[in-house]
Amino acid sequence: MIELWHGLVKALELIVTLDPEVMEIAGRSLSISVTSALLASLICVPLASLIHFHQFRGKRALINLVQTFFSVPTVAIGLFVFVLFSRAGPLGGLGLMFTPTVMVLGQMLLITPILLGLTISALSGVDRGIIDTARSLGASGLQTSIVILREARFAVMAAIIMGFGRAISEVGIAIMVGGNIRGFTRVITTAISLETSKGDLELSIALGTILIAIALIINIILNRVQQR
Amino acid sequence: MALIETVNLCQRYGERDILKNVNLRIDRGEVFALIGPTGAGKTTLLRLIDLIDEPASGKIFFDGVDAAAPAAVRLGMRRRMAFVLQKPVVFNLSVYDNIACALRWRGVRGSKLKEKVNHITDVVGLSDYGNRNARQLSGGEVQRVAIARAIAIEPEVLLLDEPMANLDPLSAARIEELISSIIRRYATTIIMATHDLSQGQRLADRMAVMMGGELLQTGSSKDVFTSPRNREVAEFVGVENIIDGVIASSEDNMVTLESRGRSIEAISDYPVGAEVCACIRPEDITLALSRISSSARNSFEGEITWLVNMGPLTRVEVQCGFPLVAMVTKRSAEEMGLTKGKKIYATFKATGVHVIKRN
Repeated sequence: MIELWHGLVKALELIVTLDPEVMEIAGRSLSISVTSALLASLICVPLASLIHFHQFRGKRALINLVQTFFSVPTVAIGLFVFVLFSRAGPLGGLGLMFTPTVMVLGQMLLITPILLGLTISALSGVDRGIIDTARSLGASGLQTSIVILREARFAVMAAIIMGFGRAISEVGIAIMVGGNIRGFTRVITTAISLETSKGDLELSIALGTILIAIALIINIILNRVQQR
Repeated sequence: MALIETVNLCQRYGERDILKNVNLRIDRGEVFALIGPTGAGKTTLLRLIDLIDEPASGKIFFDGVDAAAPAAVRLGMRRRMAFVLQKPVVFNLSVYDNIACALRWRGVRGSKLKEKVNHITDVVGLSDYGNRNARQLSGGEVQRVAIARAIAIEPEVLLLDEPMANLDPLSAARIEELISSIIRRYATTIIMATHDLSQGQRLADRMAVMMGGELLQTGSSKDVFTSPRNREVAEFVGVENIIDGVIASSEDNMVTLESRGRSIEAISDYPVGAEVCACIRPEDITLALSRISSSARNSFEGEITWLVNMGPLTRVEVQCGFPLVAMVTKRSAEEMGLTKGKKIYATFKATGVHVIKRN
């Protein structure tokens, strides 16, 4: 108990004094996860619109498949990306293994089903009357799609924030394809894992506190967005 | 050439026929009311006319052009119309942006856009609401935004689906006044669906009675109200006295109709032996305490079975071999001392009887 208390006090000190190592790790975590969430949304929002606004055979099955991947284990994605980008893998020649780039790609893969599925749900949730109103006022197909996206904007934003939350809190991909290299690919989750195994609880707790603070901020934003 | 024409238009949802061979012609500048009970198919017909939905079969011609055309042509036609839905939905935007959106879709920008939106918000009495989120408005205000949004594009055809439904009497009166002013101000062709007969009568040049997906009667409001084509239309337009009978004699279109041992005289060209219904509007019946000598051809002695006060009027039900409903002023009822069980004479003119063929 005393050890935990000491850890908490030390962690607070590290945060308050803006310890360079803590800030660097937290900053890298944020930049990798924000990048992956933004890039994934650039792909997923148009793709979800495409799926939602078009009728095709197997649409329901595709949505079910996407939803199945909501809870895919991060280590499974990590393994897949590892095989893809390892020296002997099909994309090994790119030399991206153990770089922040491959971590971004891995996280994008992880959150794509979430973003895709939740964006489709958000678009489906738009009142049928909105679509009829837009069409009855002379909106073209594209203009109607924009109206629907605009109406669903808060739910779509919530999906993006959810995706970011999943990305920043995952550890499997970051450790498997990032390699937890100090000053290069070390992020909050991999650092906590390493420092805890080394017995350095202060740093682990400090980083854990930052992660929880980020989760709290995400939740607050999410609640605000969903209330609109 | 009619601005809008439908030819044998049918719509079907699953196994249910919603519209059955609807043939309609609406001229430019006309105010046309579709009246009928809920579920008659009015909304379905408006949606087809606005080209939102596609018919199961039949044709729609817009300004002489077949609407079964490529998407771009249909969009062009749709952009000449505007449709205010029964439950108007506003976009999650300001009142200004709600009204501006359809103009923006048509490429109107800058000062012209601002000028148009401001003018329309003035017309509908929402000039102080421009910056407010439309989702925060009351039902009547939302309806005004929906109408403003529709007339902002200056449509050739304005489709209104139950524009006063779900509104309190005050808001409904304001919306009706707004529609009247639109009719006076713009030469827009208006097609309006309503189940409110008096509203249709007040606003429309012509109306059609729609029931069970069919147009049962089309004509001027006077024609529809005074000369309903069949029993369903008569019942819907408020003819409370529909008496079944058989034509017993006919001379120069003056017929005598036998019903339960009583004879009713009427003007009709149905032949002797035809099974018919005599339709008499309650307001065409005069009540008297004794038999009066007048030019009215029909006078029956009866007994009052029920009286109900309805504002300034009293609805009196009389049994005179067949039941009759008459409307008299409350003051007359009081002066005559009308009470349940009192003997009374119900009198009406032969010209006040509209004879229709029994189904």
